[in-house]
Amino acid sequence: MAQRTSKKSADPAANQETAQVVKDLHERMVRIRLFETEAGKLMEAGRLPGFLHLYVGQEAVAAGVMAALRDDDQITSTHRGHGHAVAKGVGLREMYAELYGRVTGACLGRGGSMHINDLTRGMLGANGIVGAGVPIAVGAAFAARYKGEDSVAVTFFGDGATNIGAFHEGANMAAILGLPVVFVCENNGYAEFTPQSGHMLLTDVADRAAAYGMPGVIVDGMDALAVHRAAADAVARARAGAGPMMIEAKTYRFYDHQGVKGLRHPYRSDEEVAEWKARDPIDLLEARAVADGTATRAELDEVWQRTRDEVAEAIAYAEASPLPDPADLLLNVYSG
Amino acid sequence: MTTITEARAAAPDGTARKLSYVKAFNEGLAQAMREDENVFVAGEDVAGYGGVFRMFDNLLDEFGPRRMIDTPISEAALVGLGVGAAARGLRPVVDLMFMDFIGVCLDQIVNQAAKMKYMFGGALSVPLTITTASGAGLGAAAQHSQSLEAWLAHVPGLKVVMPSDAYTAKGLTVSAIRDDNPVVVMLNKVLLGSAGEVPEEIYGIPLGQAHTARQGSDVTVIALGRMVGEALAAADELAVQGVEIEVIDPRTVQPLDTETMFASVRRTNRALVVHEAVTFGGLGAEIAAQIQDAAFDHLDAPVLRIGAPFSPVPFSPVLEKAYVPDRARIAEGCRRLLERS
Repeated sequence: MAQRTSKKSADPAANQETAQVVKDLHERMVRIRLFETEAGKLMEAGRLPGFLHLYVGQEAVAAGVMAALRDDDQITSTHRGHGHAVAKGVGLREMYAELYGRVTGACLGRGGSMHINDLTRGMLGANGIVGAGVPIAVGAAFAARYKGEDSVAVTFFGDGATNIGAFHEGANMAAILGLPVVFVCENNGYAEFTPQSGHMLLTDVADRAAAYGMPGVIVDGMDALAVHRAAADAVARARAGAGPMMIEAKTYRFYDHQGVKGLRHPYRSDEEVAEWKARDPIDLLEARAVADGTATRAELDEVWQRTRDEVAEAIAYAEASPLPDPADLLLNVYSG
Repeated sequence: MTTITEARAAAPDGTARKLSYVKAFNEGLAQAMREDENVFVAGEDVAGYGGVFRMFDNLLDEFGPRRMIDTPISEAALVGLGVGAAARGLRPVVDLMFMDFIGVCLDQIVNQAAKMKYMFGGALSVPLTITTASGAGLGAAAQHSQSLEAWLAHVPGLKVVMPSDAYTAKGLTVSAIRDDNPVVVMLNKVLLGSAGEVPEEIYGIPLGQAHTARQGSDVTVIALGRMVGEALAAADELAVQGVEIEVIDPRTVQPLDTETMFASVRRTNRALVVHEAVTFGGLGAEIAAQIQDAAFDHLDAPVLRIGAPFSPVPFSPVLEKAYVPDRARIAEGCRRLLERS
């Protein structure tokens, strides 16, 4: 069975390091939260075309994992990919411009929300097909080893994705080839509108790791520091050549599958949503940081204000950006 | 446009070297691997066993397990591995053994490999080569005999090549590997053992350039893959009767060199398209539509399509023979076109 992680260090030097990590995690989470809440408002105001799968509530997972990665480490993401992109360092301007379908966007306005990428940051793309990023991460890890580099690949996927073939094939492939891949399941309890109990008989997705001969751990996905510790261990293990590993982060999406509010049947109870919101990952980290003296309230507020300004500036940049020229419709269908 | 005068290298004693289709493929792949350290091969039984069709014979000995990778039977993960590795700068060659198996990995081909460059705003290229064996004629039945080029040629971002002989098996494979786009190389199973003249040095054949395999003035026959040889055999038969057909081998079906076809049809005024795939929705429909669009005033008869009937590929040899187009049906089709005017 998968192991539940709980580690705390009593070493003062480690605590100093932890303070830096907490600030890093906090900043990444605030950036995601503000990017997403503003994107949700823009969508509800009818200012963005297409679909948005927002990441609000799951910030601790992206932040915790990405804080354990280097720029040259690669990630593959999902349809709910903004959080991963922001946490990996993709520019907010390019992201908003893409949501607006502008030519200055991360995909030149050709991809939209579900295809945001930044090769310079090791962000190998969000993905509109559930589970499809898993084998691609395996390929990225293969390339790293082939070239003699020590970068790792992390693939994010949801609980629902662990029922699709690409996940199982990718996990087995990474395992048998011994590749440096970290499998991160963001279990938010729902595959679109179907609860986990309706799409698998397992309680813990991490138990699936055993089927491929890799370790699986379960971590509180609302606890950024816990996610970070688990990710740092898995990344170090993969980087050292010990092969792939799976992390299941139990988390929750505060918004709907798509957009902000559900339009139709109430597939989640108000009580359930309220219970999870009471464990808001940013509130949890801030409360701990203030309580143990890692950060003052004023310092944390400063992060929010600075990020609000940055988000506002990025939205203004996107709105002022030119639209793509229909004459360039065929740009980049082929190379060469 | 290349023609029948295309240069073929001769051996020092003046006689051209002959090589089988599968050995020509193997030689091209080996030379491409020597040329570029970033080329590697992955697939089921490609390394230790050398491929079920002997496509990868001896490559493990020369290139070792780092560049020749045996994988589980996991086509989605295999193609995905190729996509991810290509996105990170390698030039993967992944083998799907039988083309029919693309059904289990179509997402990685169609939604990932093909679209990644476009969706990502041109941020990367996906120089991925997918090799696979297609075609009927070996009694392999409905799940091991299909020619599915129309599925793939329909997808923007993919390229698809159909080698028709040993020479093109080598040259198109080399070009596929050198190309910066995802390219599917559809080898033909029946042709694997057929011998042809093949230069010893590495060479590429430009993708998207048709080859006029035989010149003629009466009917233009556009033939895909193994049907090129059948069309040439029909041409010999028709020549005895005083009918000269021009045989065009597109070699690449995506991109498709229609200009060579149009130029030919403007001279012959009649066109026939033949492929192994079912006629309905096949490349023949696309080619016929484009010819009538570009050369309607030159046509003396509607463009004729010859393909398989709308049925899965049958097993029993008598049924399979009736299913796959052949030289007799091509010759008969040419005669029908000539009767129209």
